[in-house]
Amino acid sequence: MSAITNVARASLSKDLRLEWRSKDAINSMLFFALLVVVIFSFSFDPTAEESRRIAGGLVWVAFLFAAVVALNQTWARELRNQVLDAYRVSPAPANALFLAKAFGNFIFVIVLETFMTPLFIVFYNLRALGPAYQLLIVSALGTWALVVNGTFFAAMSLRTRSREIMLPLLLFPISIPALLATVEATTAILTGDFSAKFWIVLLAAYNVVFTTACLLLFDTVLNAE
Amino acid sequence: MNHVSHAAATPIIVIHDLVKQFGRFAALRGVSAEFVSGRLYAIVGENGAGKTTLLRSLAGLTRPTRGTISMLGTTDLRSVCRQVGYMAHPSLLYDEMAGMENLRYFARLYGIQDDERCAATITAVGLDPTLTRPVGQYSQGMRQRMSLARAMIHDPRILLLDEPFSNVDAHSARQMTHLLKQLRDAGKTIFVVTHQASQLEHAADEFVQMEAGLITRRTRELMMAETP
Repeated sequence: MSAITNVARASLSKDLRLEWRSKDAINSMLFFALLVVVIFSFSFDPTAEESRRIAGGLVWVAFLFAAVVALNQTWARELRNQVLDAYRVSPAPANALFLAKAFGNFIFVIVLETFMTPLFIVFYNLRALGPAYQLLIVSALGTWALVVNGTFFAAMSLRTRSREIMLPLLLFPISIPALLATVEATTAILTGDFSAKFWIVLLAAYNVVFTTACLLLFDTVLNAE
Repeated sequence: MNHVSHAAATPIIVIHDLVKQFGRFAALRGVSAEFVSGRLYAIVGENGAGKTTLLRSLAGLTRPTRGTISMLGTTDLRSVCRQVGYMAHPSLLYDEMAGMENLRYFARLYGIQDDERCAATITAVGLDPTLTRPVGQYSQGMRQRMSLARAMIHDPRILLLDEPFSNVDAHSARQMTHLLKQLRDAGKTIFVVTHQASQLEHAADEFVQMEAGLITRRTRELMMAETP
């Protein structure tokens, strides 16, 4: 267990350092999400009531598309100079690399959400009528659902010729239950019309199932030829 | 065939009927060989002879279509990966990080948390561990040496080196050869895939000639093995 923790920590710190130096993922995600916010705000002119009803969908679709940009970058670094082979010949557990990548992406998307949420609030005149603290839980669970599958499928599409197209094709269908739960929970909290608890539990269950599945299958994906 | 006899020594690697196919192309076509420890083997042959595929198979990166590889008495190569160091044709290094940062990371993968050991390994390959510029800005020769340091960081018993002398100037190549001789004398078993077999003329214990996915000749003399 400590081997997994140590290697995961080393890989995560390496990824954060590389991202800090290049800012490839963060910059492209922020730019993309910003465009979505601005374009949507010009396209619609909703009232505060309408905003609360549609904002959940808008926000999470923007985050989903922006996250795909980062997810595509996740493994690109490991392909340059075939660095992944150095990992594969080492005794380091495959799961440690997966966890490091997933946590790294989680941090990147959370940073994106931190920057973008105030903009959404301003542009769409948002104010939660339900328990606002639940937004933090939904945000954490929704983001993890997004990145855990995204990291896995990005690794799966690593050796395909058009991997940037493959990732959304694989990721979006499998993310539908998580996206639905996240959007519904966000809408419930913003409008205060109904309780978000069912959707939060669904999201948590989704995360447990898919995190376990990804951890069990990642070794096969990493060592596939 | 001029086979070298190893009757007295126990083989550290035994390859039996190794076949590797990529689609309809057979990169290895039934390779069988034994290699003893503490020797420096130069694997030579023309492009497409199967040298790199053989090395990747030994490293456990390529799964054989048929046949077996027994290393250190086991066919489970994963279980002996701590005893194997692999240097590929690409550097297997992060261009954006300094040499020391790279080595520190790869050392962690082997459970090594010792910065002094990383620095000593970098010094052993003739580089300065205090260099702060990223590996992407190194010369090709420096990158090759850093790549060798990465393969050596966990002090493996077997070193698999793919084209360590490519794009390296004559002086650096001589230094690397000297280092490989030292490692061999320290008991390491070293496999060097190279097109510049003359670099190893006075260092290699054996030249292993490959042609069309087969080992066709194993000699002690370069002249008999080197391809035109």
